[in-house]
Formats: sequence, C-alpha cells, structure tokens
Amino acid sequence: MSGLSGVMFSGITGRGMVLLVLAALGLAVAPFVADRYLVSVLTTVLWFAYVGQAWNVMMGFSGLLSLGHALYVGLGAYVSAALFVHFGIGPWAGMVLAMLVAVVAGCVIGFLGFRFGVKGVHFALLTIAFAEVARIGFDHITWVGGSGGFFLPVEAGASDPLNLRGSPVLFYYVALALVVGALFLSRALLHSRLGYQWLAVREEPDAAEASGVDLFRARMTAVAVSSALTALGGVFQAFYFNNLFPEQVFSMGRSIEIILPAIVGGIGTLVGPILGAFILTPLGEALTFLIEAGGLDLPGLKQLFYGAALVVIVVFRPEGVWPWLARRLRLVRQPGEGA
Amino acid sequence: MTALLEVERLSKRFRGLKAVSEVSFTVPEGRMLALIGPNGAGKTTTFNLIAGVFPPDEGRVTLKGRNLTGLKPNQVCAAGIGRTFQIVKPFGQLTVEENVVVGALARERSVETARRQARAVLERLELADQANRPARSLTLPDRKRLEVARALATRPTLLLLDEVLAGLRPTEVDRMVEVLRDLNRREGLTILMIEHVMRAVMALSDRVVVLDHGEKIADGAPAEVVADPRVVESYLGAEALD
Repeated sequence: MSGLSGVMFSGITGRGMVLLVLAALGLAVAPFVADRYLVSVLTTVLWFAYVGQAWNVMMGFSGLLSLGHALYVGLGAYVSAALFVHFGIGPWAGMVLAMLVAVVAGCVIGFLGFRFGVKGVHFALLTIAFAEVARIGFDHITWVGGSGGFFLPVEAGASDPLNLRGSPVLFYYVALALVVGALFLSRALLHSRLGYQWLAVREEPDAAEASGVDLFRARMTAVAVSSALTALGGVFQAFYFNNLFPEQVFSMGRSIEIILPAIVGGIGTLVGPILGAFILTPLGEALTFLIEAGGLDLPGLKQLFYGAALVVIVVFRPEGVWPWLARRLRLVRQPGEGA
Repeated sequence: MTALLEVERLSKRFRGLKAVSEVSFTVPEGRMLALIGPNGAGKTTTFNLIAGVFPPDEGRVTLKGRNLTGLKPNQVCAAGIGRTFQIVKPFGQLTVEENVVVGALARERSVETARRQARAVLERLELADQANRPARSLTLPDRKRLEVARALATRPTLLLLDEVLAGLRPTEVDRMVEVLRDLNRREGLTILMIEHVMRAVMALSDRVVVLDHGEKIADGAPAEVVADPRVVESYLGAEALD
C-alpha cells in the first residue's frame, strides 16, 4: 500500500467495502447487545482511536513527531471543565475555546520548532518539554484543583446530552461520532491541496519547498489541526471521567499511549490508528483478565506482557498491521490494479 | 535578446572556503545554457543560490528584472524557477502521479486540475505508464525523469536541471535530450543545466559557462569554450579523450 491511492476509500475493493460496512454496523448496534463493561471498553478503544487519528495528522501526514500530545488532551479537558464548573458553560460551547487554547499552545511549540530549525527528535523533545511544564504547572493552579484534582459535578441518572451528561451509551456514541468524523476529515484533508503538501513535506522537505510548498505554513497547519482535534478528545475525557489529575492527564505515559495505536496500526494510514486501538486496548484488557484468572498477582506483569506484544508487532510489522492486513485480505487495490 | 536570469557577482563562503566567487552570467530568454566544470567547482552551490536554498554572501539574482536574492525556495518557485536535484529527491511513498501533482499544485488550487496537468506532464516525459507506481520503486533513469516532470509541473519560466543525464545509458540520454530540446523549441522554455555529459552539452546548449574553484573561467559558444586552453586544462583534459 503506498501513496494516497492506498488509503482512500476510492481504492477499496468490494471485499473491503463489505468489511467496512459490517464494522460500521457492528459499532452502531454494539450498545444494544453488549453489557456495560464491554461498552466501556469499546468507548476506551474509540477514544484512543480518535486521539491516535489526531496525532496521525502530525506524524503520519506531515512527518512531525510529537511525544507530548497529552498536552492538548489536558488543555482541552481542563479548559472545558473549568468553563463548565466555574461559568456553567456547556461542553458544546466550551470545546471551541478548548480547541483554541490547544491550537495556541501547538502554534507556540510549532513556531519555536520550525522558526529555529528544531527537527526530528529534537522537535519531539520540545513537545515533551511543553507537556511536562503543563503537568507541573497545573499541579499549582488551584483554580482548577491543583494536584488534588479537578472534579465535575455528577448527578446520578442525569440525562442532558446538551451538556454531555448522561449514560455510558451516550458517551459511546459521542466517541464513535468523533472517530467517524476524524476519519472523514482525515480523508478529505489527504485529498486536498494541503494534504498533498503535507505528504510532500513528510517525504522530502527540500523537494517540497522547491515545488512551491511553504514548509513553515504546511507544518503549522498540521500542528493546528492535530492539536485542535486532540483537544476535542480532552473535552470528551473531562466529561466522561468527571475528574482530572495533572499527573495523569498530562503524563508522559499518556502521550505514549496516544501514539501507540497509530504505530501499531500503521502511521500515515487512515484506518491504522483505529485498527491499532482495537488491537491494543482489548489486548490490555485481556491480559488483565488472564492474569487475574490465573491467580497471578505480580505487579507489572501486565505491562511486561503488553510490552512484549508491542515488540512482536513492531518487529514483525514495522509499517503497521493495517497495510499488511489490507494487502493480505485484499481490502484495498494495489497500485497498478486500476482505480 | 533580453536576459531572463541575471546572476551578478554571486559569492558564497562555507567556513572560509570560497565555494562560489564573484560569478556573473546571464541566461537569455528562450535559450539553453550549460554550466560545466570539475567536481567541487561550485556548480550546485550556484544553483542553490539561485533557487534560494541559502542566501549569497554577496551578489544578486534577478529574474525578468525582479530581484530574487534572499527569497526562500518556495518563493523562488512561485517567481517562476523550477529545479531538479542532483541526488534525486522523489516523494518516495507517493505515486509517480502524486509526485507531479505536488508540483502542479504550486500554481493550481484545484487538485483535480492539478491532476490533469500532472498527467499531461507525465505523458510528455514518457512516464504515464508508471503513473500509479510508488516513486521509490522507479529505476534511476525514471527517477531522473520524475525530477524533471515535477519541476516542469510547477510551470516555470526557467528550468534548472542539475545533472539529469548523469548515470543514464546513451540511449536514455538521447531520449532525454530530445525531450529537453522539444520543451525549449516548442514551448520556449529557458533552461539552465549543470551537465557532465559533454555530448549532450554540445547538442543542446546555446552557451556554456565554465566554473573552476568557484570562479568563472569561460563563457561562450560551446565550440569556443571546449577549445579554450584553460577549460581543457581544468576540466576537459581527461574526459575529452573518451
């Protein structure tokens, strides 16, 4: 699978289309057949799929490695939560400001990085630094609870979708909508002039620039889109869990968790981050279950298995599971098979 | 004959080493000019100075009287200069057509229109049958042609070609020479090329500029230049034999 042709729906085979429709139907009816636990697992899967898609815009489309995406999750979460708790502004309005704040933060990082030629790994370090500063900083902002945590009011049995208050099923569908929305947005972006320019910048910045692409602008827009989308994931998180702790929300570990689905599924592909989330989250859950069922109570055992599984996937499918799967099952047309 | 490109007293030092020293030449509109010289003579540096990869220490570059000195590569492209890279830089994971679409998008906002233009350019460079292959899978001659195709898609008034014939077999050289001549004659495209393949230089260029150690040592008609003792001594000496 290569180029745009491999990642567009237009390149999908009949078999791939059937599978896509089945997957969409399955996800649409899941809450009617699944129990509470399964719905919560699926919601987590969808959340990671979504933020993975958002991260993919930077790394996958534009070649910008961010290891600090927890920053945008955290800013989105805290801004929307603060607006709700302190001013009674609901998440649908709050998300606009949440995204705006994240975009400003992203643009500051982007400006520093791109203006002063901070590239590759060093750019990644810059993104980590900002996330870490936020983590430590928010520990001291008592207006949003500081290190003691920030809590949203919870009313049992409340159903107020306009304020994103309701049952787990409501959140499931919101998460599903985010994933589907991000999928269509990513696809539209890749089809656009900007998308072509991003890919060119990812592949060969010098040649892209010689072909008329403004590197600074292309990279800044990638950061802006990615941080805005990620912030939306933060808004969701705040209203879903109703509690925020800087140590968790902004943590390095969270930043890593965000990027794993895309890496496992296939960086730069449309389906990769979604597939990756569907592999990783259930894998983690299954390990927890197995270890408990096996009566083994060794701290860190789950992480060990999880890490080993990751190594296996990354070693054997370095370009991600999706490109391989799509080829094997002939879900997409290969170059030369006609459009 | 009006000058399309004017290079005036261009100089560039790298850590004290003079890569290009007070080089001046003009490229008249509609002509083909070859820049030759031994390795390390400053040819590619001169190209990079024209294309805006880095600014010159001194001197200026003008295109149709417009000063381009200090502009960034994308601005130079917008001003009307397309370039290829000596070490080819295809967008490896994109298809051949997508590579050229990126070039076409320099002047075109609609992706659909850019795609049509890209197909026409690929047709011209005899790459149409490879359009859907990933660029990284191309052979070297095809990659060289892709470089030209992508640069051409930006619809330049001046095309800078950095050794697009190097590494090609004689028959492939002839094909490329035909394409370039055709572009120049039929569409009036002005071309400035760095080239080592003297056969092509003699066949294509109206004028030849010779650089050595960063300085211009000759500038004139191809036949005159290859007869110049300084040129023979510094550059052609060994190669004139084969």
